Amino acid sequence: MSDLPKSDEILSGLEYEKKPAAGWMDTPVEIKKGMYCYASNVKSVEYLGLPNARTWNPLDDDWLLPENWQEILHKGFKERLERFRSFKVFMDICVRCGACADKCHFFIGTGDPKNMPVLRAELLRSVYRNDFTTAGKIFGRIAGARPMTLAVLKEWWYYLFQCSECRRCSVFCPYGIDTAEITIMGRELLNLLGLNIDWIATPVANCYRTGNHLGIQPHAFKDMLDFFVEDIEEITGINVEPSYNKKGADILFITPSGDVFADPGTYTCMGYLILFKYLKDKYGLDVTWSTYASEGGNFGFFTSHETMKRLNAKMYAEAKRLGVKWILGGECGHMWRVISQYMDTLNGPADFLEEPVSPITGTKFENAKSTKMVHISEFTADLIKHGKLELDPSRNDNFKVTFHDSCNPARGMGMLDEPRYVIKKTCNNFFEMPANTIRENTFCCGSGSGLNAGEDMELRMCGGLPRANAVKHVHEKFGVNMLACVCAIDRAALPDLMNYWVPGVDVTGITELVGNALILPGEKERETDLRGEPLPGMEEDDA
Amino acid sequence: MNVKYMFSLMAVILLFLLAYAGVEVAGLQVVFGIVIPYAAFAVFLVGFANRVMCWAYSPVPFRIPTTCGQQTSLPWIKQAKLDCPSTTGGVIVRMILEITVFRSLFRNLKLKMHEGGKLAYSLELFLWLGALAFHYSFLVVCVRHLRFFTEPVPFFVKILEKLDGFFQFGLPIVYLSGIVLLAAVIYLCLRRMLMPQVNYISLASDFFPLFLIMGIAVTGIMMRYFTKVDVVGIKEFTMGLVTFRPAVPAGVGGLFYVHLFFVCTLLAYFPFSKLMHMGGVFMSPTRNLPCDTRAKRHVNPWNYPVPVHTYEEYEEDFREHMIEAGLPVEEKE
Repeated sequence: MSDLPKSDEILSGLEYEKKPAAGWMDTPVEIKKGMYCYASNVKSVEYLGLPNARTWNPLDDDWLLPENWQEILHKGFKERLERFRSFKVFMDICVRCGACADKCHFFIGTGDPKNMPVLRAELLRSVYRNDFTTAGKIFGRIAGARPMTLAVLKEWWYYLFQCSECRRCSVFCPYGIDTAEITIMGRELLNLLGLNIDWIATPVANCYRTGNHLGIQPHAFKDMLDFFVEDIEEITGINVEPSYNKKGADILFITPSGDVFADPGTYTCMGYLILFKYLKDKYGLDVTWSTYASEGGNFGFFTSHETMKRLNAKMYAEAKRLGVKWILGGECGHMWRVISQYMDTLNGPADFLEEPVSPITGTKFENAKSTKMVHISEFTADLIKHGKLELDPSRNDNFKVTFHDSCNPARGMGMLDEPRYVIKKTCNNFFEMPANTIRENTFCCGSGSGLNAGEDMELRMCGGLPRANAVKHVHEKFGVNMLACVCAIDRAALPDLMNYWVPGVDVTGITELVGNALILPGEKERETDLRGEPLPGMEEDDA
Repeated sequence: MNVKYMFSLMAVILLFLLAYAGVEVAGLQVVFGIVIPYAAFAVFLVGFANRVMCWAYSPVPFRIPTTCGQQTSLPWIKQAKLDCPSTTGGVIVRMILEITVFRSLFRNLKLKMHEGGKLAYSLELFLWLGALAFHYSFLVVCVRHLRFFTEPVPFFVKILEKLDGFFQFGLPIVYLSGIVLLAAVIYLCLRRMLMPQVNYISLASDFFPLFLIMGIAVTGIMMRYFTKVDVVGIKEFTMGLVTFRPAVPAGVGGLFYVHLFFVCTLLAYFPFSKLMHMGGVFMSPTRNLPCDTRAKRHVNPWNYPVPVHTYEEYEEDFREHMIEAGLPVEEKE
């Protein structure tokens, strides 16, 4: 984007200790270009049958709301308070201690006080107090209450779509108040008025229809994978052609479709193909891909619990139709948050599947007993631990790797050590970023929860600042040139982020590293890695 | 001057005047000594229970624990048993640590930007220390006050008094808890006034309880060390209250009624305010649930069917393309 400010302009504009002259309730929202995503496309909203489909523009004064919009919101708020204890408790118990204030990457990157998690939540709480509490009704503003007005609604929309629901604030909150949960509810309420953003609404509609968020139809999906199969054959001399929609396969594999169509996710996808070919040839494991359930990422999660359920339903439905034993999941962030915390409740019980056991090592995945879904990093780590993979880590010697704990796997499922184990076994050069920026303290890429659009690039670069800053540290200290992650949004967002803040650092998924290091039976001597770059020691031959 | 804290401060001063004048000028000892305490206590009990019931009435449809450490996974990967507990026992320990030592707050990091735009995050313990000092000294003060409501005085109250007065300097024995409570409340209040970020997020309702508690501590300290109230008279009075034979004590001055009125205000205010974090901390679904969401199925009581795009509909949409691409289909046409 041409009007994206320079990185040092953003940095020099940051001032955390400055207190605005007016109180936050007296500071009206200003919707700034580069900091918001375009409004949802009417067709997508219509396709899903979501309320109040219309063409609207956030910059217009009139948002073309239904006449009784305040009533709709009030009713929606009440319903959600009755349905979710989390929401009710989180509305009531915040003491505004400020522990969360400087934990949010959007606050760190923008310095905008309304991006402090506590204040983001107060945007909703103020209305909650006004509508639902005795103190708020009696004392009004003194008790922190304010009525719902159009200005407040716009403020909600602007800031609820400046939260990537990464949950970092929740780690530090003495009561575990999870701003992501509040944002989720707020977005559900906005959706009652048809106020979504297009980078969420259209992927949701696409996922619903075709199974993946770009709307790739089944034949095109196969075409794209065929393309990788050709590339891999060129590199390794082996045909790794996978099976599709195969009934009676052992395992169904579902990954975010981002891995299928966008670099550098595509290299991770090649890694999956190589791994599955290896397991098939060596151990007879039959893994199938589905074109119907061809999206792991669940953009419904950023819309409403109901939409999340509608999209998620495909995974179990397809596993049942194909009669597989259990499901293996690729590297994805919100896909795994949904699987870990929602799927079994939404669409379970998955009693038509078997409790997952690795047929190769015999390991029972006890932690996935009920969902019957295993993460590829858990699966691969187990294979490597049992010596079932023949690896040549030196093929990754060109990479000095650091690992970005993707927020959702880190704070939504607690998967921290498995990917690290896989990296350490497939690479010789691994360096951790500073302790306060990894594991459960990890920083979001800045583009999660559907904010990964082109038009909000400034917001994304601001939000990604803390992550980039930590990468910069290891880039300068150890010469790190590769940022590994286990999330497709990361793979889509981090290259732009690195380009902006830390040029010279590329982005990879874990399974790409596995694909590079794995020695396929009967393969020819590889000269390049999966990106087509010469392997260490092969540079001269290339020249 | 900041409206938010001036308002709260004025409110507390007003409460002071109300009680003081009410007793000293209008002679409303019965109102301030008997009627209001009973009413406030009733409001507190009913209000507190009501609030907790109101939370409990809403279901926890989805398990959303925050995982602050390594999950239970492969047998050779070490699980963070406290931060990512997979058993009820683990959750109990996690909650005990949360409630007794404010473990999450202990994690607090301070952000700092250094030369050249480098961000650094370092441990920041002052809020944690302040909060611990405040809550524990308040607890000790409350337990110590059981002396006024029990006959004979239970052994643990006596022991606590001994410990609290360990550093004896002068007579009467100086209780540390009162001093620490006042200091902590002043610290928390100054923090809200002076730190720009915290000031910005603070509401009048954040200052009000702080000033009120400050008032309680100051009046308590005044009575104990300076005005030397008639402790025997007060004990007779409080015992009368708890045994439901209330009688107004003779010769106890306005300061005592102010102290009592402040406490009553705090009790009555409690259920309608953020002070309910005392009950709510136990109810937080991000902390009080085991991280076993993939191992155990949890049922959502209001789960309802939703429209889905079925495989049949999907194949209907794309059958020709699928056949052409050599993808298997259910119905060949």
